[in-house]
Amino acid sequence: MEDDAPVIYGLEFQARALTPQTAETDAIRFLVGTQSLKYDNQIHIIDFDDENNIINKNVLLHQVGEIWHISTSPADRGVLATCYNKPSDSKVLTCAAVWRMPKELEPGSHESPDDSSSTAHSLELLCHLDDTAHGSTACVTWEPTGDGKKVISLADNHILLWDLQESSGQAVLASSASLEGKGQLKFTSGRWSPHHAGTQVATASDTTVRGWDTRSMSQIYCIENAHGQLVRDLDFNPNKQYYLASCGDDCKVKFWDTRNVTEPVKTLEEHSHWVWSIRYNHSHDQLVLTGSSDSRVILSNMVSISSEPFGHLVDDDDLSDQEERRPEEKSQEPPRDGVIATYEEHEDSVYAADWSSADPWLFASLSYDGRLVINRVPRALKYHILL
Amino acid sequence: MAAGAAGPGPGSGPGDSPEGPEAEAPERRRKAHGMLKLYYGLSEGETAGRPPGSDPLDPTDLNGAHFDPEVYLDKLRRECPLAQLMDSETDMVRQIRALDSDMQTLVYENYNKFISATDTIRKMKNDFRKMEDEMDRLATNMAVITDFSARISATLQDRHERITKLAGVHALLRKLQFLFELPSCLTKCVELGAYGQAVRYQGRARAVLQQYQHLPSFRAIQDDCQVITARLAQQLRQRFREGGSGAPEQAECVELLLALGEPAEELCAEFLEHARGRLEAELRSLEAELGPSPPAPDVLEFTDHGGSGFVGGLCQVASAYQELFAAQGPAGAEKLAAFARELGGRYFALVERRLAQEQGSGDNSLLVRALDRFHRRLRAPGALLAAAGLAEAATEIVERVARERLGHHLQGLRAAFLGCLTDVRQALAAPRLAGKEGPGLAELLANVASSILSHIKASLAAVHLFTAKEVSFSNKPYFRGEFCSQGVREGLIVGFIRSMCQTAQSFCDSPGEKGGATPPALLLLLSRLCLDYETATISYILTLTDEQFLVQDQSPVTPVSTLCAEARETARRLLTHYVKVQGLVISQMLRKSVETRDWLSTLEPRNVRAVMKRVVEDTTAIDVQVGLLYEEGVRKAQSSDSSKRTFSVYSSSRQQGRYAPSYTPSAPMDTNLLSNIQKLFSERIDVFSPVEFNKVSVLTGIIKISLKTLLECVRLRTFGRFGLQQVQVDCHFLQLYLWRFVADEELVHLLLDEVVASAALRCPDPVPMEPSVVEVICERG
Repeated sequence: MEDDAPVIYGLEFQARALTPQTAETDAIRFLVGTQSLKYDNQIHIIDFDDENNIINKNVLLHQVGEIWHISTSPADRGVLATCYNKPSDSKVLTCAAVWRMPKELEPGSHESPDDSSSTAHSLELLCHLDDTAHGSTACVTWEPTGDGKKVISLADNHILLWDLQESSGQAVLASSASLEGKGQLKFTSGRWSPHHAGTQVATASDTTVRGWDTRSMSQIYCIENAHGQLVRDLDFNPNKQYYLASCGDDCKVKFWDTRNVTEPVKTLEEHSHWVWSIRYNHSHDQLVLTGSSDSRVILSNMVSISSEPFGHLVDDDDLSDQEERRPEEKSQEPPRDGVIATYEEHEDSVYAADWSSADPWLFASLSYDGRLVINRVPRALKYHILL
Repeated sequence: MAAGAAGPGPGSGPGDSPEGPEAEAPERRRKAHGMLKLYYGLSEGETAGRPPGSDPLDPTDLNGAHFDPEVYLDKLRRECPLAQLMDSETDMVRQIRALDSDMQTLVYENYNKFISATDTIRKMKNDFRKMEDEMDRLATNMAVITDFSARISATLQDRHERITKLAGVHALLRKLQFLFELPSCLTKCVELGAYGQAVRYQGRARAVLQQYQHLPSFRAIQDDCQVITARLAQQLRQRFREGGSGAPEQAECVELLLALGEPAEELCAEFLEHARGRLEAELRSLEAELGPSPPAPDVLEFTDHGGSGFVGGLCQVASAYQELFAAQGPAGAEKLAAFARELGGRYFALVERRLAQEQGSGDNSLLVRALDRFHRRLRAPGALLAAAGLAEAATEIVERVARERLGHHLQGLRAAFLGCLTDVRQALAAPRLAGKEGPGLAELLANVASSILSHIKASLAAVHLFTAKEVSFSNKPYFRGEFCSQGVREGLIVGFIRSMCQTAQSFCDSPGEKGGATPPALLLLLSRLCLDYETATISYILTLTDEQFLVQDQSPVTPVSTLCAEARETARRLLTHYVKVQGLVISQMLRKSVETRDWLSTLEPRNVRAVMKRVVEDTTAIDVQVGLLYEEGVRKAQSSDSSKRTFSVYSSSRQQGRYAPSYTPSAPMDTNLLSNIQKLFSERIDVFSPVEFNKVSVLTGIIKISLKTLLECVRLRTFGRFGLQQVQVDCHFLQLYLWRFVADEELVHLLLDEVVASAALRCPDPVPMEPSVVEVICERG
């Protein structure tokens, strides 16, 4: 168990959608949605047993179409949202819906017999986030701190705020806004900020990153030409409220302070192709995970712009033995920004990579060929951060 | 006389006994001889002509000293026969007779001489007696003379003393007369302006007057003299103060005043004050020349003027001062040094202001000549006034100007480089309007390179003037060492090459990544320029520099290899950026073509889409452009007709291998398995990988970027049956034309396979087109 070897899990289909189960804080669990035009698509619920290095999977059928994006409710472990392609004859339309897992697959009933994994369960539809007038949905993001009732979906050039009403099984469009401009403006990605009492959302469209206030649905800030080419993903620093990371087709990862949008705080250029996914570690925001279509996952240490720029802060009233240890800590070289590790287990483009919500030292990445790889932060670094 | 008297004694001996025993006579004679010899200090052995071997003690030797007649006779008697005895007896008798006669004649001769000697002595006795009398007379006469002389002296003594006294009185009187006449004399001198004479008189009289001032008459004279002297001093000061007369007259005045015993300190201050006045006037005139607005005279004239006017004046002042106030000691020297420092400082400030005006101009030779004169001029006062540090300050100014000049040249080189770039931009923009692209890129490169090189050479030549042998400051340590190594080599040449690299690199970081403000051809050209620098130009320039400026300094200099590495890195970055920019242009085209099309409801493909043709055209254009500047490079050996060959492989066997599992609904696992197995055998493709300096590598990079984009875009779309077929046609078309550009055509195949396979996966109803049909369409298109 003590080795850092990656754990690999293979899916039968192409896959792009990966998310940790956000509401789950005990078990390490990831959800993966497949993409297949010819077969029934599936959602794989992957439980990782950290102690035994074993993966348990459960499969849910997702018959309505191939999954482009998946996200889980921060409040209810059983609730998730997907963006999926609805097959039709002449047009491809991406819809979004909120689902509930079958009860027996919820963590509470974890001890359900393993052989049941062969029998696929179905999802229970809670509601559609559909408004055909608004076009294809690219992404659904949940209010991070709320009760799981508020959802924002990005459809073409519209940003839609939904109110989920479980009782009636309906989602009510609370408010919306849309991008106006020449050309076909389309949102590619969006994240809901964990700060500011959940009133801010950031979206990416083409080369621009925009911030929105969910109360008035108006634009707060706009980073024009955040990347030279398309912006693929973005993420908020969970511990520093104005900090935002973005990645895109110019192979770069940029860190922004949204109060000053003219210049990025920092730029990384480690990938050799488009960067599709970027995620801050939930607890230690110096750890940044990026996945790219050069088939690599890179873990970077951005300690200089993290919330712990000088390493772990030792409280004054800590134990005396820690006091004694302090000089030697100081003698250590301060950690520098840079790549911690490059993971090359994938052989196809990596479209998604994310941290576990339960274990801050563990992350999963998913490549197009259906390979899911679970890795850990290098032990030395982990201890360095902790001690 | 005593010997002569003793001589007759022994001489008479043989005469007394002529018939004495034969043996006796020689013995006595020998005795007499021995005594004579003894008297004359001759040794016995030397006189006798004795045979050497004979024993002098032999008693039988007739001539020996120890002859014993008895022994001799005995011996004769015993040894000799009778006849021989007889012979020897007669012989002996004969000898004795001969000897006797000899002796007789000797006695006669000596006797005569003795008699005449006796006569002589007798005569002498008489003469002496006469002489004694005369001597007595002489003595008495002398006594009388002495007596007389003493008497005369005694009588003259008195007069002599009186004469001596009178002479003393006379001298004194003359001195007194001089003293009494002194006031009028001085007045006359002062009136006539013969100040020197006056001061001399005064100097002579002063001590005496000082001594006898208790006497009233002298006191009066002294008072008069003092009054006149005071007037004299006043007049001298007046003249001194008027200052109109030049420095030499002033110096004379001061000298006289000093002789008059005026306080030196005050004089020295006053002297310096006057000198300051004059020098300040010089400075003012210099400053006027500087002027705020009027056209300043050229710098050479200015320094000449300053050199002759101010520096010359300062020299005169300094030498005069040192002559006059040498007695002042170190304090005086310090005063002068401070004076020189202050005025020198002001002069330097003016010169620097003038030189600063010169900074903008391009003419180095004039400036160097001006600096040379300036420096040369200041050597004389520098030597006179080592303490004032004028020479050092002058050297410092020259050094500063030299440094600024270097900076100016570096600036000039940079500007020239930027100017070249602007020219290139214009040249690049112009033919584009005419519809042609990139002709003369090689000539442009050659132009830029030669123009920069000539600029560098011009700068080196200009800067080289500073170290010319005939320039007075060129042998200063700064110009021999630091100027050459740190200034010219590091500051100018290395600095320029570095800044050139930086300027070039800044094009890579330009924020406008979409297309960019920089024309790609410029990137390409700069990259080639940097590469050329790396291979040859840098080492050439540095060798040139080292030769022209024989660098003697030991301080570390940037080695050629470091610079070359920098230039190479720049070239590499530029080329990589070029690849990115061009790749982006093509991939944008491809992306738009994939994203904007409705792939589900497309019609059956009849043609290759226009955008693909455009891609091929653009790639060809890029190929031509790069080919103008870069060599071909190596590609993996493939058969010349590889398009045909790979086409069949690609569209029949491999295509089946890739697509087949997709159709078979039974085994979804196979898709993964097969594609994974396939990937095991193909290498990972680094899309934005660094490129090498050749055409093939550049083109490979661009094509890789484009095709990877195509792949990723295809994966985001869903295709209808005909959509898939269109992709198939397009890819085949690309395959037909792109393979020739890349190093490893397998790469193109791999990526295009991937595109088609991905499109097939993204198609709910994948029915591929017949390879032969695809071929026909492509050949038609």
